[in-house]
Amino acid sequence: MSLPSIFVLARSVREPTSLLSLSVGEWDLLIRQGRNADLLGLIAAQCDATGVLDLVPAGPKMHLVSALNMALRQQIEVRREVQHIHRALVAAKVPLVLLKGAAYVVAGLPAGRGRLVSDVDILVPQDSLNEVESALMIHGWQSDGHSDYDQRYYRKWMHELPPMRHFKRGTSIDVHHAILPLTARLRPSSNKLLQAARPIGSNPEVKVLAPVDMVLHSATHLFHEGELQLGLRGLADLDRLLRDFGSSNGFWDCLVPRAVELELSRPLFYALRYARFLLSTPIPEAVLRSSAEAPGGRRNGLALAAMDALFLRALRPAHVTCSDRWTPLARSTLYLRGHWLRMPPLLLARHLGHQAFVALRPLPTE
Amino acid sequence: MTSQTISGISDDALTHRLKTEGIVLEAFPFVFRIKSPLAIVREGLQAVYADYPVLPVDSTFVDFHVAVVSARRVPRPLCVFEVDGARPFTPLAAGEAFAFLEWGMNWCVTGYCHSFLTIHSAVLERAGRVLIMPAPPGSGKSTLCAALVLSGWRLLSDEMALLDTRTGLVVPSPRPISLKNKSIDIIRGRAPEAHFGPIAYDTMKGTVAHMRVPADSLARAREAALPAWVVFPQYKAEADASLALRSKATSLVQLADNSFNQTVMGRAGFEALARLIDSSDCYDFTYGRLDEAIEVFSNLPIPR
Repeated sequence: MSLPSIFVLARSVREPTSLLSLSVGEWDLLIRQGRNADLLGLIAAQCDATGVLDLVPAGPKMHLVSALNMALRQQIEVRREVQHIHRALVAAKVPLVLLKGAAYVVAGLPAGRGRLVSDVDILVPQDSLNEVESALMIHGWQSDGHSDYDQRYYRKWMHELPPMRHFKRGTSIDVHHAILPLTARLRPSSNKLLQAARPIGSNPEVKVLAPVDMVLHSATHLFHEGELQLGLRGLADLDRLLRDFGSSNGFWDCLVPRAVELELSRPLFYALRYARFLLSTPIPEAVLRSSAEAPGGRRNGLALAAMDALFLRALRPAHVTCSDRWTPLARSTLYLRGHWLRMPPLLLARHLGHQAFVALRPLPTE
Repeated sequence: MTSQTISGISDDALTHRLKTEGIVLEAFPFVFRIKSPLAIVREGLQAVYADYPVLPVDSTFVDFHVAVVSARRVPRPLCVFEVDGARPFTPLAAGEAFAFLEWGMNWCVTGYCHSFLTIHSAVLERAGRVLIMPAPPGSGKSTLCAALVLSGWRLLSDEMALLDTRTGLVVPSPRPISLKNKSIDIIRGRAPEAHFGPIAYDTMKGTVAHMRVPADSLARAREAALPAWVVFPQYKAEADASLALRSKATSLVQLADNSFNQTVMGRAGFEALARLIDSSDCYDFTYGRLDEAIEVFSNLPIPR
């Protein structure tokens, strides 16, 4: 079974100099797939850092520069937004722990270079959720969840508050109190994550997850979500984090044990498997082996073959040049799987029934 | 080497190519690959893009892969714009297919081209210097732009200025001029020989038709030029033409408001806008008759 190649895109993510030998047709494909996968900013940032950008032909260069400008702009805004959030949380006496894109950018990690970040995700202890929410409301954020059902859905079952939007700046924040829904089968401990979080730079009140936890959260987010439209970008985040942290002492030794401790060996197994497969991420053989052998790590033969067939399709950019006839089925199966993992069957049936009812109902007229 | 143009392709061949592999149209500084099975799109391309180069499909880098395809046949046929397979807009009536293509192409540029600072405005050139007319819909910007083009000004764009933030030059991107409602007949009356694309009735903007770019403006599409005048036009029925200098500070703010991506361009963008305003004369302009307007513009002094 051969799937459509994303070789040019995958290689450009890890080796910017490979861009210098692209043909016109390969450039065309790269810009299309990269734009679709939201990876042009990352590629452009690498080209910029290695001096390759000035050697890129004018046509594709325009798109790389454009994506880089957009990413740089968003990063300025994210940094400023984090300052605003910090000010709000100081009042609630809750430390600010950043997750995902905002964490990579504010911590200055390679994973943040050229990455688009449209909203800020934070992790707070569950028992300070009320204080955090009211502190944010006092400082101008309002809940985006419109219906009563949405509010109940988030508050009762999910791992985050309904997204909040700042009434003046229009910026958006997701407040998490766990990294998986309350109803999910896996229950990684948020307290352990919060305890291990580390300050960024000189300010002890703005933190990010510890390196191993950051990788585990990124993996969990990617492999438990049903929506993989930007799956390759999620995998590129993992690739960056692993390359970056992999060179520091002790990282690889801690990774699998920590995954076991947090009940996250399965998402870690997938993350390592597909990052290596699609992006050639360098991972020590011993780590691959122990992640497979960890309790709940590797799936058995047939199930794994099925997951390969699904993930290797859905993780490709959602673009016509990297899809085959089975791609739509793979995406919808993983969408259902995402829901399956996040809630028990009866609750799932009820939730999907409600969503279908809402979708079929005529829209209210303005 | 003489390159092929749309007018050099027969009806049948063009229809076939649009339905299959598409055509690669060079609308400097952008390259679009266009597909469409709809006859009205082919007719529109022939009417207003006749002299634009068509490049080989396999050996050209394409900025945007676009298409307008049929979305529904009954009860009322609809069409939809696609960029690289995605559909950023809801479908429109099939009769609007060509206008939809134009709007979609503009959207590609404003949405993805942050290597330039883009300003929503008509842009023209005379004696090597550029006139920028930023204005909201209904201000008579496009009508004035078409009339000026017919009186000898070179068209850089009817829709947006592409400002190179490093050089301060405005890069042309000449594409058909979009006219609405009464303006269509007014401009037709002034230039019976001008070529128009298909008329789209009852669009969100009213009746819309596109006018072909004069050959000279197209031939000089690669000549960027330095801004000299920023004019904010306002049409007022029967009003006498009146040109009044305005403050540079408010002009800068309003020009920034009319920019699609000034925030994306950050400090470099703001500074480029400030330099543009510094080196230009800024005016408010009210007019009720095109001939008077043309007269006023032909006498605009070049700033010192």
